[in-house]
Amino acid sequence: MGDGPPTLWEWIARNWDTGRVGSIRDLLGDHLVMSLVPIVAGLLLALPLGLASVRWRWLYQPTAGVFNVIYALPSLPVFMLLISVTGLSQLTVIIPLTFYAMAVLIPAVVDGLGAVPEHVRQSAVAMGFTPLRRLVQVELPIATPVVLAGLRVVAVSSISLVSVGALIGQGGLGMLFTRAYQNPFLPPVIVGIALIVLLALVADGLLVLAQRLLTPWVRARRAT
Amino acid sequence: MITFDAVTKRYPDGTVAVDALSLEAPTGEITVFVGPSGCGKTTSLRMINRMIDATEGRILLDGVPVQGIDPPTLRRGIGYVIQQAGLFPHRKIVDNIATVPYLLGWDRKKARSRAMELLERVGLDPAMGERYPFQLSGGQQQRVGVARALAADPPVLLMDEPFSAVDPIVRTSLQDELIRLQAELNKTIVFVTHDIDEAIKLGDRVAVLRVGGRLAQLADPKTLLSEPADDFVREFLGRDRGIRRLRFVSTEGMRLRTDLTVTEGSDDPADEPWRLVVTADDRPLGWVSRDRPGTLEPYGTFRPGHDSMRSALDAALLSPSGCAVAVDGEGRVVGVATREALDEALTEAADG
Repeated sequence: MGDGPPTLWEWIARNWDTGRVGSIRDLLGDHLVMSLVPIVAGLLLALPLGLASVRWRWLYQPTAGVFNVIYALPSLPVFMLLISVTGLSQLTVIIPLTFYAMAVLIPAVVDGLGAVPEHVRQSAVAMGFTPLRRLVQVELPIATPVVLAGLRVVAVSSISLVSVGALIGQGGLGMLFTRAYQNPFLPPVIVGIALIVLLALVADGLLVLAQRLLTPWVRARRAT
Repeated sequence: MITFDAVTKRYPDGTVAVDALSLEAPTGEITVFVGPSGCGKTTSLRMINRMIDATEGRILLDGVPVQGIDPPTLRRGIGYVIQQAGLFPHRKIVDNIATVPYLLGWDRKKARSRAMELLERVGLDPAMGERYPFQLSGGQQQRVGVARALAADPPVLLMDEPFSAVDPIVRTSLQDELIRLQAELNKTIVFVTHDIDEAIKLGDRVAVLRVGGRLAQLADPKTLLSEPADDFVREFLGRDRGIRRLRFVSTEGMRLRTDLTVTEGSDDPADEPWRLVVTADDRPLGWVSRDRPGTLEPYGTFRPGHDSMRSALDAALLSPSGCAVAVDGEGRVVGVATREALDEALTEAADG
């Protein structure tokens, strides 16, 4: 160590890539995995469950109820509970976050499909779409704006929630906060917060871009 | 030809929507199903493309029972126009029109060029092809709906109250457009409406259905108006049946007077109560009364042989002179139908 504590930039330079576990780059990679997997897995699981809830209306209330209860559970005790099953692995964080994502995305899928006007559905049937083709080419595209709006909420909250995992040793960038707790030193906290916010902004920006590319007709509607 | 052979639709709760319906919709003609709500007209229509399956009886498409055809395949061969157009909001107009060609696996380029051709055919600007449905008015959307139904050139077209969600002026122009298109295309069309005037205007044959899905009368519009089968049909047709029947009375050969017109600026030799002032190239300007020589009064025109007696009478009632101005296709005056001439024609119509 030189004289006195290092400045922010010195600290970043020294810890960016140490080649050991716990470097900033390493934590950033972990953070990405632990937040992206729940977003993608949540969407992939919410789609069939949402579709089933639309097909069989009676399924929706119980499904939504169960996921709302899960969503209401504080993340920390859930992580701790899961440790007995999955140990101190990334899965312990990924699994609850996937459920949280589903709690938001299942209603989004159901509402999105509900936004398909009945006369549009009817005309698709009358044109000779098979049920699967109608779903893929007509109903899901029309549901996309609502699902993407849900996905934006999920992306930002997942990225932010990963850091809680630091308390069980799997927090990605959140690990920078626990270190500071043990040893009052600001640079790691600033870097942690900045990178998490940056990640959230990038994810949100990508989703907005996806929205523009996937649903040009929504802008056409707004313009009129 | 579409044949209904004792077709009944009964729902599990016992409600009968269509009751032993037997009729034929001939090839190349417009058959209209008309009746009050609950008469099963839409149900009957939807049984043709199996959006609803008949409980009893058979529906035959050129002799082939539709019940034996896989629904998506059957529907791709039948054009369908729905009330609110039902366009896909996420697809451009050109892709909306090309829906069925895409489903049939046409090459994308071919499907799109067919769609552009139809866009013009239904009277829309080709530039609209690249827009989205939300950017079009209700009437324009409905035209696109018709174009979409025609895209794969199906021999049969089903139209479910297609013009009832637009305002009366647009509705009239859409109806005229359909008549024009049908003259070119000769499709077998089944058209559902609750509007008897629309049925009479569009139908080659009109099937009046009563509540409970029973056929009250099947006839051409003229016969329907002059010989309603029973009180239900008579009441459904409304009180001004006689006036509406004039739509089917020709003005061909009506006696016209040519001595009542004077060219603008010239002296009038005849001493008549009313004279029609025309321009040098025979366009009508207005009626002049003997009592008020300086004032041009309103006039109404009709085309003899082309327009019906209803138009001629309407033209006469529009003018204080009580006479209708007969014009040719270019709007040039060919004569005047006086009250006496109209009276003669009406007497003939009443007798015939």
